[in-house]
Amino acid sequence: MAEEIKVDDTVDITDVVCPVTFVKAKVALEELEDGQVLSIRMNDGEPVQNVPRSIKDEGHQILKLLDNQDGTYNLIVRKAGEE
Amino acid sequence: MAFTNEQMERYSRHIILKEIGVKGQKKLLASKVLIIGAGGLGAPAALYLAAAGVGTIGIADADAVDLSNLQRQIIHSTADLGKPKVLSAQESMEAINPDVQVNTYQEFITSSNIMDLIRDYDFILDGTDNFPAKFLINDACVMAGKPFSHAGIIRFKGQLMTVIPGEGPCYRCVFKNPPPKDAVPTCRQAGVIGAMAGVIGCLQALEAIKYITGTGELLVGSLLTFDALTMEFHKIRLPKKDPDCAVCGEHPTITKLIDYEQAACDWKPGEKV
Repeated sequence: MAEEIKVDDTVDITDVVCPVTFVKAKVALEELEDGQVLSIRMNDGEPVQNVPRSIKDEGHQILKLLDNQDGTYNLIVRKAGEE
Repeated sequence: MAFTNEQMERYSRHIILKEIGVKGQKKLLASKVLIIGAGGLGAPAALYLAAAGVGTIGIADADAVDLSNLQRQIIHSTADLGKPKVLSAQESMEAINPDVQVNTYQEFITSSNIMDLIRDYDFILDGTDNFPAKFLINDACVMAGKPFSHAGIIRFKGQLMTVIPGEGPCYRCVFKNPPPKDAVPTCRQAGVIGAMAGVIGCLQALEAIKYITGTGELLVGSLLTFDALTMEFHKIRLPKKDPDCAVCGEHPTITKLIDYEQAACDWKPGEKV
């Protein structure tokens, strides 16, 4: 059985469009402590193609991408400290 | 402070930038910048700083909008003719961004009011058009320990430098004293191209934003010059802070602010000389 990941906070970015999708995720990550985990709910298509990449570029760790089978995904991210 | 969805969208292009991000935008919203002069330099700088979400912008200028201003002072419009420049500037800034608190000071800066004006601000932008004001701003900012952006423009040329008192040379370390009265023509006599003023004013706004967000390298210890005819920028490394500088040196001889005399042609009715 896969190890359960403890999620510290969630944010829903299905109500906004690019580039505010990434901005809203970034603002939510900002509220967390380093090492904490955020679950980001996003739409299929453009958000799922771009948001994970942008978050990875910022140095955060992508833990998982879960398909909710309803046209949305949950991206599980661990916040990295600033270099 | 949490961002509203509207702010996330308004500032999205900033927040996306790694160098600015959420923290940088919050710093901008919490910051206070004073712009002295709502003219060729101050107009574009004020518009960009308001658009960027600088939370408090002070604007100081005693003049009213004149038809000859509109060729370059893009914060004012034809409908504003005769209106105090600070009010016209305030309206334009508030129209761009309601997040911004604009404080207006409809007065000329002098040795007796400048310390009070700069006291509450984090960064000062010199958008004035005469040497007495430029030296006054330098000396006051050095004495108060306030960082500021100096700029000057004439014809097709402009220059700027950023002064952080204690960290690099001040304007007086480099230029010592104002030139003799009438030795250097003013924009009024010599002319100035509006878009070039815009370039330099925008560079000043950039320096303010970079200072506030702690991003990149400032023009501290450097003078950037721009020639619009040849399209050449030159970044000139300045000598270190001058230990013999009359205002920021080890034994300053200027300990009181000075009101230098304005060039005679710049005298306007009602203005104290």
